[in-house]
Amino acid sequence: MQIEGSCPRTQRELIELEFIEHRTKILDIAAFLDRFDRSIEHNANDDFRIKAFREALAALNSAEFGRVERIQMLLSDLSSELRAERDGQSAYGAAKESEQ
Amino acid sequence: MINYIDLHAHMVSRTTDDYHAMALTGCVAVTEPAFWAGYDRVSASAFADYFKHLTEFEPQRAAKYGIQHYTWLCLNPKEGEDRELAREVLAIIPQFLDRPNVLGIGEIGLNRVTRNELATFIDHVELALEHNQLIHIHTPHLEDKYKGTKAIVETLASNSRIDPSRVMVDHVEEHTIRMVLEHGFWAGLTLYPMTKVSPGRAIDMLEMYGTERLCVASACDWGPSQPLAIPNCMFEMRRRGHSQQWIHEVVYTNPSRFLSQSPKFKLAPLEQALVQ
Repeated sequence: MQIEGSCPRTQRELIELEFIEHRTKILDIAAFLDRFDRSIEHNANDDFRIKAFREALAALNSAEFGRVERIQMLLSDLSSELRAERDGQSAYGAAKESEQ
Repeated sequence: MINYIDLHAHMVSRTTDDYHAMALTGCVAVTEPAFWAGYDRVSASAFADYFKHLTEFEPQRAAKYGIQHYTWLCLNPKEGEDRELAREVLAIIPQFLDRPNVLGIGEIGLNRVTRNELATFIDHVELALEHNQLIHIHTPHLEDKYKGTKAIVETLASNSRIDPSRVMVDHVEEHTIRMVLEHGFWAGLTLYPMTKVSPGRAIDMLEMYGTERLCVASACDWGPSQPLAIPNCMFEMRRRGHSQQWIHEVVYTNPSRFLSQSPKFKLAPLEQALVQ
């Protein structure tokens, strides 16, 4: 895997091309968290998905390269056992604590 | 305009207008893996009807727009939990394998990573080996991605009869791409909103891992998805500063190289494709 210099755009060009798009995404995340705080009922502050989300946000702030892969792993089921049977058709987006 | 091949498109779920739009943007061929209908089918006869649709009606519909339609057959991982149904469906697949647009077995794999799903996956792999078919693999979604991909790669790597160059492991992401490529498999980057990768992230991985044995596809289906995901990604590639040659390698040469391992995959000139 090549990291150094693998993106053909300069940092200045990336800012010109993509800053506004990603500024929008950060504001959407902030708005989601504010909305969560304003909720009519605070009944999911310890939900496994919101806990994983907050851990992912902390990892996002790291200065070290490899943020996407680390966040992917934070949001993954890292157990190795196969499920005994199907518990539904859809994944949740983060691992339940019993699966970590 | 650069021509492209969409290696993963569930066209049964799309309108004819989508074929038109894909043709206008340079699509010359699609391959359609067998998919989940949105509900669990209860009999093998439902699959026989589906396989008939994939091998008869769909290639005709695509041909009207100069798009060659190929397909992969299986019982999808979302239905792999039902071992009895899996056995019944596996029994009828061989009667469709000789059809001219069938390239292999797929998309097989895991969904919620259960014991039964893995057993059904292994049965499909055995069927592919028995009939010398290419294999197209679905890796699970979201939190199941890492664990499921690891189980699939380890299962295949432990089978000495598997030639990894004849296997496409699809839906790789940042935390699974390395293990797939290191084992010699082809890897697919799926340009699917929300649950898979954006064009920007797909291009990041292509830049870091190189273009060898990597393809992009839309995986458009009945969910929120984009039949024009590949031309959108090509636009992003140009915006990122990549050459026409680099883009062509990813969207045309690579899928063509993988698929041409099946003697049935032959890209006809457009004017010929339109009258087939």
